[in-house]
Amino acid sequence: MATDGQARFSRSAGDTKMPKSAPAAGEKRDDADQTAMMPGAELLLKTLEDEGVEVVFGYPGGAVLPIYDALFKNNKIRHILVRHEQAAVHAAEGYARSTGRTGVVLVTSGPGATNAVTGLTDALMDSVPVVCLTGQVPTHLIGNDAFQEADTTGITRACTKHNYLVKDVETLQTTVIEAFHVAASGRPGPVLIDLPKDVLMANVAYRMEPDKAAAQARYMPQTDPDPAAISATVDIMMRAERPIIYGGGGLINSGPRASELLTELVQVTGWPTTLTLMGLGALAADDRHFLGMLGMHGTYEANLAMHGCDTMLNLGARFDDRVTGLLSGFSPNSTKIHCDIDPSSVNKNVQVDLAVIGDATRILEALLAEMKTRKFKPHKPSLDKWWAQIEGWRKRDCLKFNQTGKIIKPQYAIKRLCEMTANHDVYITTEVGQHQMWAAQYFDFHLPNRWMTSGGLGTMGYGLPAALGVQVAHAGSTVIDIAGEASFMMNMQELSTLAQYNLPVKMFIINNEWMGMVRQWQELIHGGRYSESYSASLPDFVKLADTFNMKGLVAQHADDLDQVITEMLETPGPVIADIRVTKDENCFPMIPSGAAHNDMLLGPDDQAEKPVSEEGMVLV
Amino acid sequence: MSDTPIIERHIISVLVDNEPGVLARVIGLFSGRGYNIESLTVAETDGQKGLSRISVVTSGTPMVIEQIKAQLARLVPIHSVRDLTENDVAIERELALVKIINRGDDRIESLRIADTFRARTLDSTLNSFVFEVTGNSSKVDAFVDLMRSLGDVEVARTGVSAISRGNRIDLEAK
Repeated sequence: MATDGQARFSRSAGDTKMPKSAPAAGEKRDDADQTAMMPGAELLLKTLEDEGVEVVFGYPGGAVLPIYDALFKNNKIRHILVRHEQAAVHAAEGYARSTGRTGVVLVTSGPGATNAVTGLTDALMDSVPVVCLTGQVPTHLIGNDAFQEADTTGITRACTKHNYLVKDVETLQTTVIEAFHVAASGRPGPVLIDLPKDVLMANVAYRMEPDKAAAQARYMPQTDPDPAAISATVDIMMRAERPIIYGGGGLINSGPRASELLTELVQVTGWPTTLTLMGLGALAADDRHFLGMLGMHGTYEANLAMHGCDTMLNLGARFDDRVTGLLSGFSPNSTKIHCDIDPSSVNKNVQVDLAVIGDATRILEALLAEMKTRKFKPHKPSLDKWWAQIEGWRKRDCLKFNQTGKIIKPQYAIKRLCEMTANHDVYITTEVGQHQMWAAQYFDFHLPNRWMTSGGLGTMGYGLPAALGVQVAHAGSTVIDIAGEASFMMNMQELSTLAQYNLPVKMFIINNEWMGMVRQWQELIHGGRYSESYSASLPDFVKLADTFNMKGLVAQHADDLDQVITEMLETPGPVIADIRVTKDENCFPMIPSGAAHNDMLLGPDDQAEKPVSEEGMVLV
Repeated sequence: MSDTPIIERHIISVLVDNEPGVLARVIGLFSGRGYNIESLTVAETDGQKGLSRISVVTSGTPMVIEQIKAQLARLVPIHSVRDLTENDVAIERELALVKIINRGDDRIESLRIADTFRARTLDSTLNSFVFEVTGNSSKVDAFVDLMRSLGDVEVARTGVSAISRGNRIDLEAK
C-alpha cells in the first residue's frame, strides 16, 4: 500500500480559520471537473458537511487519527468527546430522536467498534437514523489479526440496517451519500461505514456536485401508499362500531407533521386512541381521546379497548410482544388495518386484514383526503356506546396511587416533575426499568420528539448519554434523564462529558436501591427470591456530583421533593437529584407475561390471585 | 400451539449486487431469525451489471415464508425477490456428482441404474465410477439412495437452481 506515502497534510495550523468553501493551500482544484484533490479523511468531512452534519459524537483512536486530524482543521463540524463508545451511539440517538435528523458517531477500530455494538442494536430496534463511522486497520492488514482489528462489518451485520467496508477511496463519497440516505429513508436505522486507515489517507478527487440521485438509487422504499389500500381502509373505517387507533414510533419517525395529522384524524373521527411507548407525544396526553399507553404496563382502558374493539387502525406500530401480550388472545374480534413503512412488519406477529405500506405522513394525508371525498362520518350511536364502555374502564383510575407518609412514592416523584416542568421546554430521556414505565405512565407528552427511551432493546444506561445528545441539539431546553440508580451506574462515566461541555442535563434518579423491575419479576414470578437484584454499594450521588463540580441534591422525604425539583430546574448547570423512593413499589397495571390484554393485574391485591402461568414464566 | 401449522417448501430466487458480504447478509438473516435453509446456491448471472442470483430452498408456515420474502427484500443490496413456488411455475434442477466403489454384480447393477437415471459416467477405475446426475432434488435423492445400497458412496451436490417457466423475465435489477 503506497497510499500512506502519498497522503499530504501540508496545511499549517493557521489554515484552520479559512472558510471551508475555498480550497486550502495544499489542495489542487480542477474547476472544469468541479473536483478538488484531498485525503480520504478530508473528503469524508466534506461529505458530512454536504449531508448537513453539524455534530459528531466520538472517541479517537489509532485507526481514525486521520479523521481527527482533519477535524482539527475543520471549523464546521462540532465534535463531542464522550467517555465510552456506547455512549457516543446513544448520544447520537438522543440527538436524532429529538431533532428528526441523522445522528453521527465516530469511533476507532477494534474496541471502539465493539463498544458501539449495543448502541447500534438499540438504534436498529427503535428505528433511529444513525451513521456510525468506524476506523479499521489498513486494507493490507485486514484479516491478519492486526492490533485493534475486529471484523467490524461482520460483527455489525446483524445490528445495523446496512454496513459498508470502504476498500477503495474512490467509492468513499458515494458510499457516505448512500449511507445517509439508507439511514434516514424508509424505516430509519443505524448504518455503519468501516474505514481502513490507508483509505482515509489516500488522495482522492472530491466532487463538489456529486450525482446524489445515482448514489441513492439502490435503496428506494415505498413511501406513498397504494390508493386502493387507502380506499379499502376508509371502507373498513365506515363500518367501524368499536374502533381504536393504535399509534406507534412510525408517527414520530415520519416527522412532526404526522402527529398534526393524527390529531386531525382523531378530531374528525372522534375515535379513542392509544399510543405505544415509542409513540408517546404523537397525540397530546391531555386530548380526551387519548387512552394512555397500551401494553404490558399500559392503562386498563387502553388495553381493554384494544381487546374489545371491532376495528383497529395501526399507524406505525409493529405489534411488539410488549404490546400484544398473549398472541392468541390479542384483540380477537377486530378487523385490523396495519399502516407501516416496513413491509416486513406486516403479518410478522399478528395477521392483519389490510396492510397499507407507506410513510405515516403520506398515509394520513391520503386517508384524510379520501375520508373527505367519501364524506366519512363516524357511526355516532355505536361510537357513543363504545365511549361509554371506555369511560367505565377509565373510572377504575388504574394509575391512582396514594402518596401517604414521608416516603416518596416513585409515581408521585414523576408526577410532580411533570407538573413542575409544565412551563418548561422539556425533553425527557429514561433508562430502562420501573422508572421508565412510571415515566411513560405519569409524564405527559404533548408534542413528538420530546420522549427518548430505549424501547425495543431495553438498554439500561441509555438515558444519560441520550440526554447528552438531546442537550447538544437543544442547548436552551430543559433536558431531564429520569433514571433508576442501577441503570444510571451503567453509563455514568458520561458525567465527565456533561462537565466538559457544561451540558445542563438534569439527572432525576428514582433511587429505590434495587434493580426494580428485576426485583418485581422475582417477587411476582420467582417466589420472592431476590437473586442479585439489590443495588449494593451505591455511591453518595451528591458527593459524586461534587467531584464533577456539579450540583448534587437529595430528596429523602415527600416534603423535600418540590424543593429539590425547583432547585434542580433553577440550577444553570448539570444536576444529579437523588430521589429516595419506596423500595418495594411495583409497577402496575401489568399484563403478566403469557397473559392477554383482558387479564391485567391492577395492583398488589390482584397479584396474589393470579399466579403467572407456566408458559408465561419462560417468556421475557 | 393448538393447531399444527402447515409447513410448505418454497424456492426463493433473489437477485443481488455481487458485492462482498452479500451472501453473509442473506445467510445471517436466515440464521438470525431462525428460518430454515434446505439448500442455497449462488453464482454470478450478469458480470457487466455485477449481479448474482441466490436460489434458496426453505420451508416454513405461509406466514414465515411471507416474512422471509419481506425480510430479504429489505436488504439494501437485494434487487428483487421472487417466490418460484407460487403458482407452481418453477423449473428446478440440481446436479450431483456421485462416486461409488464396488465390484462384481453390484458394479454392473450400478452402471445399469445410472443408465436408467440418464447419469453420465465421468470417471472410472476397475472398482469405482463417478456419475453425474441431473434432475429435481427427489430424483437425485432416489439415485443416491440406490447407489448407497450398492457400495461405498461419496456425494457432492450443487443444491437447487431454479427459474420460472414461460416467456417472461421475472428478475430485473431495480
